[in-house]
Amino acid sequence: MRAEHLEVGYRGKVVWQDATLDVRRGEFVAVIGPNGAGKTTLFRLLLGLQHPMAGSLTVFGATPRRGNSRIGYVPQRHTIDNDTHVAAETLVRLGVSGTKWGPGLSIRPEREAAAGALRAVGAAELGPKPLGTLSGGELQRVFLAEALVGNPEMLLLDEPLSNLDLRRSRELVEVIHGLVQTRHVTTLLVAHDINPLIQCLDKVIYIANGNVATGAPEEVLTSASLSELYGVPVEVLHDSRDNIVIVGGEDPHGGENG
Amino acid sequence: MTGDLVPFSWNLITDLRTMWEFGFMRNAFEAGTIISIVAGIIGYFVIIRRSAFATHALGHVGFSGAAAAVLLGVNPVYGLLLFTSTGATGMALLGPRAANRDIEIGTVLAFMLGLGLLFISLYNGYATEAYSILFGEILGISDSGVLFTLEASAVVLVVIALIYRRLLFASLDEDVAEAKGMPMLALGLTFMLLLAVAISIAVQVIGVLLIFALMVTPAAVAVRLTRRPLYAVLVSIAVALFATWVGLFVQFYAQYPASFFIVTIAFSVYLVVRVGQAISARFVRRGLPSPPVKALGG
Repeated sequence: MRAEHLEVGYRGKVVWQDATLDVRRGEFVAVIGPNGAGKTTLFRLLLGLQHPMAGSLTVFGATPRRGNSRIGYVPQRHTIDNDTHVAAETLVRLGVSGTKWGPGLSIRPEREAAAGALRAVGAAELGPKPLGTLSGGELQRVFLAEALVGNPEMLLLDEPLSNLDLRRSRELVEVIHGLVQTRHVTTLLVAHDINPLIQCLDKVIYIANGNVATGAPEEVLTSASLSELYGVPVEVLHDSRDNIVIVGGEDPHGGENG
Repeated sequence: MTGDLVPFSWNLITDLRTMWEFGFMRNAFEAGTIISIVAGIIGYFVIIRRSAFATHALGHVGFSGAAAAVLLGVNPVYGLLLFTSTGATGMALLGPRAANRDIEIGTVLAFMLGLGLLFISLYNGYATEAYSILFGEILGISDSGVLFTLEASAVVLVVIALIYRRLLFASLDEDVAEAKGMPMLALGLTFMLLLAVAISIAVQVIGVLLIFALMVTPAAVAVRLTRRPLYAVLVSIAVALFATWVGLFVQFYAQYPASFFIVTIAFSVYLVVRVGQAISARFVRRGLPSPPVKALGG
């Protein structure tokens, strides 16, 4: 994935501009920033659901297009209601068969693919359970399996950690990190708290105040770099366990751990 | 209705043979069977797409269509088809997220019901016409009515078989389906038009006011009994068929309308399943820790 001088917005209003990004195959990248900064917008561009206002963006060497089967996507806050009686395995299977025509009478390969994807995220036992009864962490694993079942080369995960407690966040990050390492699947993960991720990341894309900064975590997450990004003095503090707190930004994140 | 002429015997095969000697009973069973299959399938998607209110509303919109057709001396089913498809198209174009437009839909459906009332009274008042549109008249289905039902249903079944997996994906996981390049508007519109056709033919059996009993109740039972969409569709069909067949059978000997029995049987099945599950859940919970609390939603 490569972007040069990318500028995006809605209805003529610029959300962020002049972003130059470069994500290589197999990298694990966190997309960080305050609410409303345009993190999800980056995903919409990569999925071909929205087009840049200026600049260039390529995914796998081509302009993004809707329905790219090389990308697996987990949107933010899936609408799954408590009374959804459909089995998790059914949803995962739709990740590979949901775009096909016909009623799908010979489904054995799809079933095997779904079972494999559920195993890969450590959720084999969740397959027969109704979606409505799963916990937040279990649901995220099932969504991850749904995105993974088509063997994508890139995963876009939008706020998978947002409703999880610290322990479940760490567990899910471990699962995702494992996928990045074993399958070499390029992974972009939107989060507002970087601490559960910070040990595994190759790169950070930090979006704030209409600007985008990118680089290795230790380069981007510094007082100097973030002050420039926000345009106001910002301080990055470290605790004894390498957790960080960012003080002075519009939406001081990481507060839960600080 | 014919109970005075033909006594009930405990040999059900003989009973069925006896009632099928009457042309109107044959037609009722044939049309009822076809419609139950279509309603069972479409009903499953109504449930997972949360379109129950749209279904209810389209029934009411259909009432004014049927009444207009009666006024013009045309077969009511054509008026139903025209009005429900127009309404369905409008709802689909309002956006795939039309589920929260209860107020707008409710406003339109009340107006349509009033319009239907006007048409019926302009027709110079055979109240029976209004009555049969509102509550169904399964015993009044003609040979050509059965044929038309069969043709319309065949179209619905072919289309649903073709788009089955895509519609399932678009219904259960809208955002991902959209990102995967599914034509969401076209799928939504197609479904609403299928719903319109299904409602139009189901009105003959059950009427616009009782449309829920065939289009929603059987599928509502099914999703409680199985987690696999294909099985749920089959259970939904089975419940709709059970209600229609037993309803027709009983009304042959009793003096009450078929619609009443069909609605009552469908409701009874629903009630039995709900109560049964509530009881079994209580038994299960006694021995086990409480289920995990879901942490989505906020």
